[in-house]
Amino acid sequence: MLRGNFSRKRAGMLRHILSVLWKQGKDTLQNKEILIQFVMFPVITIIMENAIEIPGMPEHYFAMLFGAMYLGMAPLLCTSAILAEEKEKNTLRVLLMSNVRPGEYLAGVGIYVWCLCMAGAAVIGLAGGYRGSGFGNFMLIMGAGFLVSIIVGAAVGVFSRNQMMATSISMPVMLILSFLPMLAAFNESIAKLARVTYSGQIHLLMGQVENLHPSWGQTGILLLNLAAALLFFAAACRRNKRFAG
Amino acid sequence: MKNRNGLAVQTAGLQHCYGQKRVLEDVSLQVKQGEIFGLLGPSGAGKTTLIKILTGQLKQESGTAEVFGKPSGKLTGQEHRDIGIMMDSFGLYERMNCIDNLKFFTMLSGIPKERGKDVLEKVGLWPARKTLVSRLSKGMRNRLLLARAFLGEPRLLFLDEPTSGLDPRTAAEIHELLLGERERGAAIFLTTHNMAEAGKLCDHVALLNEGRVVECGEPDEICRKYNHQKTLMLHLYNGTDLILGHDRSGLEEMMQYLERGELETIHSSEPDLETVFMELTGRGLN
Repeated sequence: MLRGNFSRKRAGMLRHILSVLWKQGKDTLQNKEILIQFVMFPVITIIMENAIEIPGMPEHYFAMLFGAMYLGMAPLLCTSAILAEEKEKNTLRVLLMSNVRPGEYLAGVGIYVWCLCMAGAAVIGLAGGYRGSGFGNFMLIMGAGFLVSIIVGAAVGVFSRNQMMATSISMPVMLILSFLPMLAAFNESIAKLARVTYSGQIHLLMGQVENLHPSWGQTGILLLNLAAALLFFAAACRRNKRFAG
Repeated sequence: MKNRNGLAVQTAGLQHCYGQKRVLEDVSLQVKQGEIFGLLGPSGAGKTTLIKILTGQLKQESGTAEVFGKPSGKLTGQEHRDIGIMMDSFGLYERMNCIDNLKFFTMLSGIPKERGKDVLEKVGLWPARKTLVSRLSKGMRNRLLLARAFLGEPRLLFLDEPTSGLDPRTAAEIHELLLGERERGAAIFLTTHNMAEAGKLCDHVALLNEGRVVECGEPDEICRKYNHQKTLMLHLYNGTDLILGHDRSGLEEMMQYLERGELETIHSSEPDLETVFMELTGRGLN
């Protein structure tokens, strides 16, 4: 009987997550503001890779540059915007009243954003000339980075009362995360700062994808960033106990 | 699900505050299964707060609030599925069409998706099933909110001002739907400040003023109770208006006009719910 209850609960959980995924798919097709986040950087990468050729330019230059920006921007902004909109329009309250647990809802939105971001990353990777194991490693590190960005975005979304607040919080966070790796090339102090962020580390790892062996230091920094994102998320949930605002 | 006392909703000594402001004070109500219960009161009387407590969105400060015989904050998933809620603040997915909005909730609750079609037909929105919610009129949105509340064939419906801001025809259509739900055996707890609506629809009403229930009972019974004048108003075919007493002489006089065929209409002097409310509180419902 206990086993029956458990499998019924698991089936209910899966049904809730799949339903949120389906809803998100339907909703995003009509939401140009969100849709553009997923499309913009892959398209820019294709254009830049094909239009600009600078002598001595490092291999995969534009894919590395825009890949790091993409991973700092798209998942963070989309996750926070989706959550904040649901709170502002009180649809999240309806979902929670329909027995959807906060974790199920976040999993549904997170999986959706992650999958779309991975599709965008595949376009960036292929446009940037990554092939074979190099492409696989590129996707692996992008996937890990997206996960951290989604958690940060979820924290911002939970923390914010409405979309306006979510945008004003996520914008500086997003700019720091996505532009630090690029600015690191021009200034050593910024480079030092960029190395402690996950977007900075992922930008560095993108240059080693043909022979990916992250050092203990790099792995540690990535794990610390993940832990910090989770802590931020836990703090946001704690502050906003009712989750739906 | 067993419900020992046959009551869909029961509150006793319910109190709630927002900061220093007391919004509900000693509210005690009972709603039986299969009846329409109306909570009447002006804006800010505490109606929505009471619905929020009964639906588990808010926790009361003191007193008890029970739904199906259980504390409203401790309902199980199955019990939640037996409750339909329509509140203006309960949003719809604006970028999705009507049928997809309902399909999403059928998927979440494991209800057959054909049910979405059934309820859309019921509320008269089937022809607009492919219309985006952002393009619906206020009346159509209200109907879609109602359709969503009806989706799981709930045993209890909480409706917060279901006809607010609607034209009389749409409001009458919604009244028909609610009477149909009562026929099905559902209990309906609705809030309104439209006393004509309450008088027409509700089996029982409670008049709420500044968080306190000032009167509770059947609408007709309340009106009779506050009929202090006890007079009959006669209108004759020759245009004369007469006011007669409720006593034997008044009755005899009325019979004479009736026998002579001079009587066009008879009205009693019972007040309507709004007049009762004004008498009890010194203010109107709107």
